[in-house]
Amino acid sequence: MHPPKPPVISLRGVSQRYKSVVALDDISLDIPAGIMAGLIGPDGVGKSTLLDLISGARAVQTGEVMVLDGNMASTRHRGRAGPRIAYMPQGLGKNLYHTLSVRENLTFFAQLFGLTPKEREARIARLTQATGLDPFLSRPAGKLSGGMKQKLGLCCSLLHDPDLLILDEPTTGVDPLSRRQFWQLIAGIRADRPAMSVLVSTAYMDEAQGFDWLVAMDAGRVLDTGTAQELMAKTGTDDLEAAFVQLLPEEKRANARELVIPPLEDSGDTPAITARHLTRRFGDFTAVKDVSFEIRRGEIFGFLGSNGCGKTTTMKMLTGLLPMSEGEAYLFGHPVDASDIEMRKRVGFMSQAFSLYGELTVEQNLTLHARLFRLDPAASRDRIASLADRFGLSPHMDSPSGDLPLGLRQRLSLAVAVLHEPEILILDEPTSGVDPVARDDFWELLVELSRGEGVTIFISTHFMNEALRCDRISLMHAGEVLVADTPDGLVEKRGAETLEEAFIGYIEDAIGDRRDTDVIPTQDRQPESAPKRKRHRGFSMARLLAYSMREAMEVVRDPIRLAFAFVGSALLLVVLSYGVSMDVEDLTMAALDLDQTPASRDYVANLSGSRYFEEQPPLQSVEELEKALQKGEVTVAIEIPNGFGRDLRQGQSPEISAWVDGANTMRAGTIEGYVNAAHVEQVQKVIRDEGYDPEAFETYAVESRYRYNPTFESINAMGPAIPAILLMMFPAILMAVSVAREKEIGTITNFYVTPTTKIEFLVGKQLPYVVIGLVNFFLLLFLITTLLGVTFKGSLLTMTLAALVYVVVSTSYGLLISTLTNSQVAAVFTAALLSMMPTVQFSGMVQPISTLTEGGQMIGNLWPASYFVRISVGTITKGLGLEELSADVFWMMVFVPVFLGLALMRLRKQER
Amino acid sequence: MKSLLRIFWLGTKELRAVLGDPVMSGLILFVFTVMVYSQAAEIPENLNNASIVIVDEDNSPLSREISDAFYPPFFQRPDHLGIDEIDIAMDRGEYLFALVIPPRFEADLRKGLKPEIQLNIDATAVLQAGLGDGYIQSILADEISRHIAREDVQTDLPITLVLRRAFNENGTQVWFSAMTGLLDFLSMVTILLTGAALIREREHGTIEHLLVMPLTAFEIAAAKIWANGLVIIGAFTLSLNFVVKGFLNVPIAGSEALLIAGTGLYLFAAAAIGILLGTMARTMAQFALMVLMIVLPMMMLSGGMSPIESQPAIVQPVSWLLPSRHYMAFAQAVAFRGAGISTVWPELLTIFGLGAVFLTGSLARFRNTISS
Repeated sequence: MHPPKPPVISLRGVSQRYKSVVALDDISLDIPAGIMAGLIGPDGVGKSTLLDLISGARAVQTGEVMVLDGNMASTRHRGRAGPRIAYMPQGLGKNLYHTLSVRENLTFFAQLFGLTPKEREARIARLTQATGLDPFLSRPAGKLSGGMKQKLGLCCSLLHDPDLLILDEPTTGVDPLSRRQFWQLIAGIRADRPAMSVLVSTAYMDEAQGFDWLVAMDAGRVLDTGTAQELMAKTGTDDLEAAFVQLLPEEKRANARELVIPPLEDSGDTPAITARHLTRRFGDFTAVKDVSFEIRRGEIFGFLGSNGCGKTTTMKMLTGLLPMSEGEAYLFGHPVDASDIEMRKRVGFMSQAFSLYGELTVEQNLTLHARLFRLDPAASRDRIASLADRFGLSPHMDSPSGDLPLGLRQRLSLAVAVLHEPEILILDEPTSGVDPVARDDFWELLVELSRGEGVTIFISTHFMNEALRCDRISLMHAGEVLVADTPDGLVEKRGAETLEEAFIGYIEDAIGDRRDTDVIPTQDRQPESAPKRKRHRGFSMARLLAYSMREAMEVVRDPIRLAFAFVGSALLLVVLSYGVSMDVEDLTMAALDLDQTPASRDYVANLSGSRYFEEQPPLQSVEELEKALQKGEVTVAIEIPNGFGRDLRQGQSPEISAWVDGANTMRAGTIEGYVNAAHVEQVQKVIRDEGYDPEAFETYAVESRYRYNPTFESINAMGPAIPAILLMMFPAILMAVSVAREKEIGTITNFYVTPTTKIEFLVGKQLPYVVIGLVNFFLLLFLITTLLGVTFKGSLLTMTLAALVYVVVSTSYGLLISTLTNSQVAAVFTAALLSMMPTVQFSGMVQPISTLTEGGQMIGNLWPASYFVRISVGTITKGLGLEELSADVFWMMVFVPVFLGLALMRLRKQER
Repeated sequence: MKSLLRIFWLGTKELRAVLGDPVMSGLILFVFTVMVYSQAAEIPENLNNASIVIVDEDNSPLSREISDAFYPPFFQRPDHLGIDEIDIAMDRGEYLFALVIPPRFEADLRKGLKPEIQLNIDATAVLQAGLGDGYIQSILADEISRHIAREDVQTDLPITLVLRRAFNENGTQVWFSAMTGLLDFLSMVTILLTGAALIREREHGTIEHLLVMPLTAFEIAAAKIWANGLVIIGAFTLSLNFVVKGFLNVPIAGSEALLIAGTGLYLFAAAAIGILLGTMARTMAQFALMVLMIVLPMMMLSGGMSPIESQPAIVQPVSWLLPSRHYMAFAQAVAFRGAGISTVWPELLTIFGLGAVFLTGSLARFRNTISS
């Protein structure tokens, strides 16, 4: 046994809860230094939470977490210890940036830890060589296989020589060969740096058997600790899986008995599933290549292979969810046809992820599916009751299915899949993340269906002990089926000891590359010069720029976001400037001329001659006039009474009625003005015709000067104002989404566990969007002055300076909003609403600030867009320069520290 | 018949999902109450509280009377500045109007020398400038003629014009803003809700689950349309009755039943657009961005804010393809002008036709969606 070493991690009374769920329940634990320690237990028992706490990614609620001789609750200690810890979160490539290449990912992490370019290149070369990633340096991380992603994740973690390496389920969803290579790699690294402590969580008991020391966990508590031998000895079992089951409380291991599978009787019918030369391509990537197999009725057929090797794609083609690029597939001798509703009734499909409605209860889910499958209501009630009973769902019928533990949810999914008594069941990794006891339960059900009811089962899995239970298995790798046979047949054919060994052999053959990945080349083995510990604390411009570079690369590679940033704002500029046009032109006008004299016709002609009015066919009656207004066919209707000409001659001042459509009140006022003006013109003409000078009646004159916009076109006013809303909305949305995206995808963990400070993270991410905003500004200005034909009169320099400040303000606002929301959708809508509403209503775009109520003016003065509208309108239409507008630029600048400061206060360096 | 039943059952699931999601139902409630109300109540009348400055170089009883004639709600009480100060003040946007009364104005007026008043207008405030010009001129005319009271001026003009507003006689701005706001938000929420329902199924993997069941794409889409439509038409009816008619006192001239029925038809078309966008976006974030780019033009070009005939000739055929334009025409005709079915049926037919086209388009894309 290893000599007792001081603990590297020490937990005292640690509890953690999320709302009502207790994730960790009073855990006290010492993990020795310099060894490889394992956390074992099924999903959802608190392993990940525990690792989050130890790595500092999550804030401690109660209890004390001591790591590397310091308390993780202390910000100072986290700052000191952070660079000595490396954390690889759960999920394939979860902390990687998928659009970035392998090299770009590594470079980013190296920059975060302040490696010099020379150190960086040397380490990247050494690590990628050791992991076999060196041929793929320029491949985007998202296009790597599951195993390669994990190796890259490991490389990223090891770049800075950590003293404590924390790996959360690093091999879940990885093929057996990659898994073996992964552990060999870790062993090699530990040989190099014996002082490094490693803490790993895993659901694979066979892996855990090789660790130095284990912690068995269940339901947020520690069951026991010790070496694998100690645990087995204690429980009197001879393998770790059995030992774990024995450690569980009594009621949880009720079903722990041997599963017996009766032999399959060959019925000799047509095969249930036939696949011939199935091929599926996505663009230039071939996901499934020339796959053929036959599955007999009642057979349990297993499908093995790593994530992304084409298992799911094959299954989806068989169900008709995905059209095949080439080849053919038959179910019961009928070709697969997506529109064949009758065939769908004979097939049950259970997809990888839980795909039922979490907001419905167990019973509601079952009932809904019974109805959708057109089962007879009475019969379905019995069927649901019996299924619930058999699958152990009866006590949970009224709980929302989303709240159930994983094992129960999988059982519900299976119950739904078999509800309509299908003859084929296609199950895509139904037991991933399910604990050993629940998995055994699940298989018991499968065996019963297969042997008892003759249901054909096509199942994919990562677990070798499940593969052993299948009648036949096939191994897929990189889209091809390598081999298919009975489990025993495969082992025999390969001359291997175990099924796992046989598989590794087949995959190695398929890769054809037997490079030894287990040893790090000797020239690198001399112990490294004691790694210089740089000062990681405090602000670092290099880290800030590392974030900027990375963000810029990500944006450039996301065409949708780029298009939205540029095309979107250009499109909205055009739509808004035309849509919010206040110009009233081409108004439909019609006259009801009951007089029909030269005088009346003259009156109508004068009106229709105006550029504002467009005459419609004359009206014949009052009813018609009313109808035309009601239909909206005319906006202005003139009624000239009978006897108009005569009355006019006699100087009796006849009355003309004009009706204006008042539905749109904004326009109605303007239209009235036009009608009045045209009327006055006609009156003056009449007076002149009578031989008088109309001007003689005037006693004074008013000279109206329409300043800044002499032609009085709304485009001259709206054009300059619109950038204020677009340059507020777009940068804010893009910025908010970019942070929310990191939260949703999980890459935010890199911010939590690296020495990155809040300001580096925020400002680093902000810079690319400031540039985008500024480019956007020039694009908008170009469109305004060309397409919209607005003349730029003032100082371009002032305007550009103001735009720069303004996009810094709007991106800061986006950052602030991102600290308030957790999902991308919420971020988009909050950012859109909260940037649009105040800008439209209070910044003087439509309603000048000076005309707002006192409260409104105050809001306007507290909103940056008001200042920008003033500068934009000032420079473009009023011809002003920096001298007149410097105060506005200054006040706009004040918003930068305010918004950024609030964002910094709200942003957390740890998850809660 | 059996198909209808399946659509019904599938829809009940949608209903539970919408009503059970506090964020979504909160959003609907917020939009149809607070936002409709604030849109109507916070955008004031056309000319409201306009800022005016007077340069009184005359300082006569008449010029002081003119100055006293400007008061709320149309104008703020005027400020007084010197002639050399108004340029800067107007550059800074402090005043919309600056009235310059020249020296000896009243005296010249009495002598019949026809003095000239200068009115400076900040024409960058397009909406207020034209109206304000008219208001100020008529205030001046009233004040001057009352002050001078010259008998030899013939006030009777040869023709009298009687201007009347049809359908909203007093020109209450709130009526219009309330209805436009309600209709705009209706488009936004419907598209958002139905599209998001589809994307959520995709992100949760439940759409695959539906597609392997004996259900057609039409049944899946139809279930989403009726369920989400029902929720929204409920919110619409409540908002129409309590917020628009209740709080804001907007009268509905035509048949409310017709208005709601037409709204139902429009919801079908808008929901079809939502589903079409849902089949095009790959992630919720992309969908959200797309919705913004579709919904804003739909709101702006519907003819609510500025009429169709003011749109440039190239835009008009494009906006014809927007169901919102036909719906706006329909709703304004019914709500303000009291139009009946005999008047508005062509709009209703167009809305239905457009909805059918969008739905067909999205059904054609439905299966493709899953494969990418």
